[in-house]
Amino acid sequence: MLAEITRQDTRAERTRAELAQQTQVGEALVRGLVRAQLALALRLSLVVAIGLGGLPWLFAIAPALGRTTIAGVNLPWLLLGVASFPFLIAVGWAYVRLAERNEQDFTDLVQRPER
Amino acid sequence: MGNEFVVPAIVAVTLVTVGIGFYGLRLARTTSDFLVASRAISPTWNAAAIGGEYLSAASFLGIAGLVLKYGVDVLWYPVGFAAGYLALLLFVAAPLRRSGAFTLPDFCELRLGSRRLRILATAFVIFIGWLYLVPQLQGAGLTLTTVTGSPYPLGALLVAGVVTANVALGGMRAITFVQAFQYWLKLTALAVPVIFLALQWQADGRPAVTPPDGPTFRAATTVVVEHRATLTLPDGDIREVRPGDELTFAAGDPVPAVSGAATDANDWLLPSTAGADDRGLFATYSLILATFLGTMGLPHVLVRFYTNPDGAAARRTTLVVLALVGLFYLLPTLYGVLGRIYTPQLLLSGQTDAVVVLLPGAALGDGLVGRLLAALVAAGAFAAFLSTSSGLLTSVAGVISTDVLGRGSVRGFRLATVIAGGVPAVLALHVSGLDVSQVVGLAFAVAASSFCPLLVLGIWWRGLTDVGATAGVVVGGGAAIGAVLVTVLGPPLSGWPATLIAQPAAWTVPLAFTVMVAVSMATRRRAPADIAATMLRLHTPEALRM
Repeated sequence: MLAEITRQDTRAERTRAELAQQTQVGEALVRGLVRAQLALALRLSLVVAIGLGGLPWLFAIAPALGRTTIAGVNLPWLLLGVASFPFLIAVGWAYVRLAERNEQDFTDLVQRPER
Repeated sequence: MGNEFVVPAIVAVTLVTVGIGFYGLRLARTTSDFLVASRAISPTWNAAAIGGEYLSAASFLGIAGLVLKYGVDVLWYPVGFAAGYLALLLFVAAPLRRSGAFTLPDFCELRLGSRRLRILATAFVIFIGWLYLVPQLQGAGLTLTTVTGSPYPLGALLVAGVVTANVALGGMRAITFVQAFQYWLKLTALAVPVIFLALQWQADGRPAVTPPDGPTFRAATTVVVEHRATLTLPDGDIREVRPGDELTFAAGDPVPAVSGAATDANDWLLPSTAGADDRGLFATYSLILATFLGTMGLPHVLVRFYTNPDGAAARRTTLVVLALVGLFYLLPTLYGVLGRIYTPQLLLSGQTDAVVVLLPGAALGDGLVGRLLAALVAAGAFAAFLSTSSGLLTSVAGVISTDVLGRGSVRGFRLATVIAGGVPAVLALHVSGLDVSQVVGLAFAVAASSFCPLLVLGIWWRGLTDVGATAGVVVGGGAAIGAVLVTVLGPPLSGWPATLIAQPAAWTVPLAFTVMVAVSMATRRRAPADIAATMLRLHTPEALRM
């Protein structure tokens, strides 16, 4: 058990050294991680841009939507005043999960014993 | 008015804040003390503290006032204030924490190694901080006037004085606990009264928010006009009113239409539609852009991120903040809507920002419950002014003492605090006519047009150069500042110029990004030599750091 930990430590140290010295391998790995994280952030921004950002436009071209009521409350009030917040939180939650998974993949990749 | 619980409640909130500020004097003054104090704190507490500092007068008072006045279109303010934390989470939170930057100027120096850019960033931090402080003091002045009848300058100066003295002597910085407490106080102060208000609304036979014949006064009301306006009376007469005019209405009288507010039920209830109102749509998108992208550039928000132990924790904390802030923003809208029924006179007096403070008394009457709830709301409002202004003042004073006055001694920090608190106090006396949330909206627009592109490009794009960053901040942020100055000091505008100036983000944000990218590409050779190491530091997971 102890030996196992030590071996992992040295391996992580070696990888870290490799990354820090900016060998071509290390550099390519970091670029890949940055690209993956950025793509994730952009994809989720797109979800918000369409899901929320589309609303003013939708209300503008389809005024009937604004007049629709649910339980006596107009739809725009419900969507903006209530539903938008759980939506934002859900997107945030998905981001944290996926970003951590990207980082885990990266860690696994650089810590693989034989590369 | 005449509520014996209000003043003790406000005094109690202030004393608790100041008391722990003084206690903090012995605990912490330096950045490292701040860190040590914060490391022991769980993400939930830390998130509550961030939320406590973030929910300002604009959130507590301003949103309800805007909803009362303008209706559904301004619901984008709370949505945007919350969504700003999502943008922060997606693009900034973890890498910024890993960068080790404590303030925005620090980040400029770390990422681009430019002293000049650091100075520019310092100027923007100070400008945004002041622009954001003014409406806090304004809200304080307004609230004190509303609940005690004191003159407006007294309230604004009093809060400015208390906060300045508190920050100069003790600082709020280490006091995560107070700010976390203030988050829960603010939430309670809106959530508990809203239950009673909803019950009262039921008991009153669920009066319509937008009755077919237009809003009416529920009780005999005397209105003292605060701002010049044009009233359209129900019989079609048009009347100019000026500050000081007194208008008397009997119970059941219709509420006259007020220039500048959405008095017509449909304007208020329904979103702006295409064709007739392109400008409304532009303003909405501009507001969305400013609030979504501005949060990450607010000085007091970024400083707080340093209290997370690492990048992964910064992400989790931000998610909790998003949830806490989202929970809070469900409430102000209800006050604005109920204000339409119970306090329509605020549309006439122009004091729509007072709706949160006045609504419990107006709806529930002068009974014990009504008075206690009114005091609770007033206490929550003061928690909002104190926590946000303390956070802002600490940030602004911090950059003034280190970047303007030279090395940060305690003496220097105190002098900086007095400067940082004095200027907005003077400004607050001159802008009492502006809506609290609108001034805050302008601060967001400036942040979104300067620091947002700087942070996003700095974190994700290797090609950013110091010259490009400087040019983008000067052009984009400068344009936004110009728009603010015209709005606050300039002549009244109309038509498209008015819209472009009042909600500038939709053109200043793309402008800032474009200039920053174009100039960086033109000066490609100036990209920092250590960019690979910087990217490694910003993006490598903690598991590999050891």
